[in-house]
Amino acid sequence: MSDQNKSHDHSEWSDMERKVKTLESLMIEKGYVDPAALDVIIETYQHKVGPKNGAAVVAKAWSDPAYLERLREDAGAAIAELGFSGRQGEHMKIIENDDQTHNMVVCTLCSCYPWSVLGLPPVWYKSAAYRSRAVIEPREVLKEFGVELEPEKKICVWDSTAEMRYLVIPQRPDGVGDWSEVELATLVTRDSMIGTGYALSPQEAQS
Amino acid sequence: MNGPHDMGGMQCYGAVEREENEPLFHADWEARALAITVASGFCGQWNIDISRHARETLPPEFYLTKSYYQIWIAGLEKLLQQYGMAMPDEIATGQVQTAGLNTAKRMNAENMPAALAKGAPVDRKIDGSPQFMQGETVHTRNLNPSGHCRLPRYARDKTGVILTVQGAHVFPDTNANEKGESPQWLYSVGFQSTELFGEAADERDMVMVDCWEPYLEKFR
Repeated sequence: MSDQNKSHDHSEWSDMERKVKTLESLMIEKGYVDPAALDVIIETYQHKVGPKNGAAVVAKAWSDPAYLERLREDAGAAIAELGFSGRQGEHMKIIENDDQTHNMVVCTLCSCYPWSVLGLPPVWYKSAAYRSRAVIEPREVLKEFGVELEPEKKICVWDSTAEMRYLVIPQRPDGVGDWSEVELATLVTRDSMIGTGYALSPQEAQS
Repeated sequence: MNGPHDMGGMQCYGAVEREENEPLFHADWEARALAITVASGFCGQWNIDISRHARETLPPEFYLTKSYYQIWIAGLEKLLQQYGMAMPDEIATGQVQTAGLNTAKRMNAENMPAALAKGAPVDRKIDGSPQFMQGETVHTRNLNPSGHCRLPRYARDKTGVILTVQGAHVFPDTNANEKGESPQWLYSVGFQSTELFGEAADERDMVMVDCWEPYLEKFR
C-alpha cells in the first residue's frame, strides 16, 4: 500500500473518481444502497466519530479512578457511558502506559483500528512501512515519530489480529494538577492513543 | 494463504511517512468508497472475514502499490461479482443489465446511525471451557492454510504465554470460507520479541497477538 499522496498521478486519481461514481450509481439503481444512507456514513466519520472521543475517555481515566477501574474491567461498557460505541469498537480493551512499559498498537494483517474512539485510521497506520516494522523494530519506528523512549522502558506491541480493539491510555503529563477533564482532553493526541506518541505537556499544548 | 498482506516483520518498506494535518479523505471519491463499502456490507451477502479475504487475495502487485481505498473498491467489485450482485459489464459501465439480487437487504438512512452505533459483535456463547489458562506457556502451530488465516507468519511455530482469555469469538478461518462462524476461544498471547525475531530484537520487548484456540497447542 503505497503512500497515496505522491505516487498516484492525476489521471489515476480521476479514473478512481469515475470508477467510484459508476459503482455507486449502479448500486443505487440496483437497490443495494440508499443514497441518503451513504451520506449518513460519511457524516458520521467526518463529524461524530474521531479521536476527540478517545481523548474524552483518556481524560476521564486520568481524572476519575473509579472510571479507570471500570475501563479495566469492561472497557466497552465504560466507553459507552460517554456515548461512544459501534463499528470497529465492539470489543474494546485499554492498555495503560506507565514508567516501565510503553504500549503501541498495529494491525500487521490489514488495518484494524478502534474506529469508535479514534475514527478512521491515518494513512501511515495503513502503510506497509508501519504494518511491517512496528513488530520487529518498534524502537526505530518510534524514533521516526520523534519518540525517544527512556532507556529503562520495555515496549509491548499489540497486533490487532482479531476483533479486539486496543486503546492506549498514555501517561498523564506533569503539571496538570487541577485541570478539568475538558482541559486534559486537549493534551491527548491521536498518536498518544495508538502509542506512537506521548500526550502533550501543558507547554506543548500552548505553543 | 501466505500473501502480501501478511507484512509483520518485513523491513523493506522504508521509513514511516506521516502527513502533517492529514485530511480525513484525500479526495471525494475516498469518502464515497468508504460509504458504499460500509453500506454494501449491510446487504447481508458476506461477512467481514470474507471481505478481508477478498482484499488480501487481490493480485500482489496491485495490493502492494495501490492506496487503501483503491484496495477497498477492488475488493468490493470482486465481491459484487462473486455474490451475483453485479456483472462485470455492469461494473464497467454502470448500466444495469440484470435485476438486482432480491435477497440483498438495504440499510436505509433512518436505520443507519443505530446500525453504525451497534456494530457487529463477534463474541459467542460456546459449550465447554478453554483449553489453556492465563499464565500458561503455549506453542503456536505451524499453519500454512490455503484459505484465510489470522495467525501472522512471524508468530507461527513460536512459544508464548497466555495473558488473557478473551472469550469465544467467531473463527475467521471458517467464516471467511463460508464454513460457518464456528466460534473458538480467543486468547491474548504474549511473545518475547527475541523469540519472534532473534538476537537482534530487544530482550525486554514483547509482541502481543490475539490467537484463536486452533492456532495453539500445548507447550512440550
